[in-house]
Amino acid sequence: MEFDWQPVWLTLKLAGFTTLTLMFIGTPIAWWLARTSHWLKQPVAAVVALPLVLPPTVLGFYLLLLLGPQGVVGQITQSLGLGTLPFTFAGLVVASVFYSLPFVVQPLQNAFEAMGERMLEVAATLRASPWDRFMTVAVPLARPGFMTAAVLAFAHTIGEFGVVLMIGGNIPGETKVLSVAIYDHVETLEYDQAHLLAGGMLLFSFVILLTLYLINGRLNKGVR
Amino acid sequence: MNSSEGVGQKESAIFACFKTELEAFSLDVNLWLPAKGVTALFGHSGSGKTTLLRCIAGLHQAKGDLKINGECWQSAGFFLPVHKRPLAYVFQEASLFPHLSVRRNLEYGYRRVPEGERQVTFEQAVAWLGLGEMLTRMPDKLSGGERQRVAIARALLTSPRLLLMDEPLSALDHNSKQEIMPYLERLHEVLSIPVLYVTHSPEEVARLADHLVVLDAGRVVASGELSETLASLDLPVKLGENAGVVLKATVSELDDEWHLCCASFPGGELWLPNEGFQLDQPIRLRVLARDVSVALSKHEDQSMLNVLPAVVESVSENDRPGAVMVKLDLNAAEGEALGCTSMLARLTARSVDKLQLVPGKSAWVQVKSVAVLE
Repeated sequence: MEFDWQPVWLTLKLAGFTTLTLMFIGTPIAWWLARTSHWLKQPVAAVVALPLVLPPTVLGFYLLLLLGPQGVVGQITQSLGLGTLPFTFAGLVVASVFYSLPFVVQPLQNAFEAMGERMLEVAATLRASPWDRFMTVAVPLARPGFMTAAVLAFAHTIGEFGVVLMIGGNIPGETKVLSVAIYDHVETLEYDQAHLLAGGMLLFSFVILLTLYLINGRLNKGVR
Repeated sequence: MNSSEGVGQKESAIFACFKTELEAFSLDVNLWLPAKGVTALFGHSGSGKTTLLRCIAGLHQAKGDLKINGECWQSAGFFLPVHKRPLAYVFQEASLFPHLSVRRNLEYGYRRVPEGERQVTFEQAVAWLGLGEMLTRMPDKLSGGERQRVAIARALLTSPRLLLMDEPLSALDHNSKQEIMPYLERLHEVLSIPVLYVTHSPEEVARLADHLVVLDAGRVVASGELSETLASLDLPVKLGENAGVVLKATVSELDDEWHLCCASFPGGELWLPNEGFQLDQPIRLRVLARDVSVALSKHEDQSMLNVLPAVVESVSENDRPGAVMVKLDLNAAEGEALGCTSMLARLTARSVDKLQLVPGKSAWVQVKSVAVLE
């Protein structure tokens, strides 16, 4: 029995890119949500949390329309000569970013809120500019939040299925990730292959979550 | 009520005018403060003293004007951000950065000040506050008093031109307070910058302040030189049991036989137990109104050590029925033109009536006890 590593690498690559993108997009959103009293705060928080309650197929369906040849975003990407995103790896990254957004924003927002205003005020009276305060005080103090956000984003992306099927399909080496590969194996009654992948994922998910809890336990003891 | 500082000194002074509506009260102040020495902002909780300090720091944005030694920090349409104001702020709780060692905490502000503008060296601050032993420790390994000392040193290392302190002692236990107090008193001597010190403790006011601002419900009810303001009669009401005066005196005579020393101040002198004082040493004395009684003639056949001639300046009802606060001028009886020292006496209304104490009447002030503050 020959083991096909391709879906494994593809999945890790997708999760890596998604996590990185999410840290850059999620951090400012979480910072804004944690500190604003703007009337848009609650609506934005609700939109960010949507993927938690929506079936992945609904999210995938609308993304497909939006990114497709007739969609607003699709038209823009086409006019820029980038083609359309659905059924490509880039399209998968975009979809995964939306799908995992709450898993990054919520832990970060909690960490920023728990930190309170005081330390930032202290830094301000010690001549630190807003950006300086963010980098030297907020980020170090929110380190457990960043750890949680990154691990959850990574793990959640690895586990997605519905969105991938809707927007990525099943193209080997391009969009055929682990979860889809397992589905395929089960469909064709290749239970040995399915077992290997499914068992591997079970173990991987457990190890990653255990690491997260161990690290956060230590950090919380150290910082607070 | 504005400060009594002369008009000519306004260039080198702090001018603060703020109006802001808060949930519990509104702040509405208009103050001139001296550009040197310690100004205590005194009041009960909710009087607006911390809010005023936060407005001056720029941590709270209120409508108003703020000028420090002629330099504008805030006016209509202009607001200098906190990190661009050359001030230092010591918070009620020490608020050290928990992720940085003591040394890195101290360096945080120090490094952000351009080298040419540094007035205080790292070594100086460490020495002044006695931090040499704890530089490598993390904040959670320090006691409350040690943390506050680090916070004060960290603030001074930004070479501020204005030092703001928000009840720096109130979160500490009695021992830590006693540990920090000498450092604060010394700051007074080594720093040439103005210090605004928020407190609700009459004890701290008496020990540290040169100038006193009393706030009540967001308004300034008194502002002026410490001894003068403490002796003004509309104020003792706010101080309650702690009403009294603070005298800045010098040791003028030592009596080794009876272990006494004589402390002189404009308008009089007081004898007190000699606790190892040197001749010519400056000391601060505090005389509480409840420790002062008044007689119309001088009796030699009594135990009171300190009996001083005085003239009744004014009489006012106290906060309690049946009690009266009497202000007496000491110098007037001796006919001195300069130096005004007043005493407050809390008497019963019946005694005031019996002795017929009215403004202008000569009397003898009997001082039961004197506290030495430094």
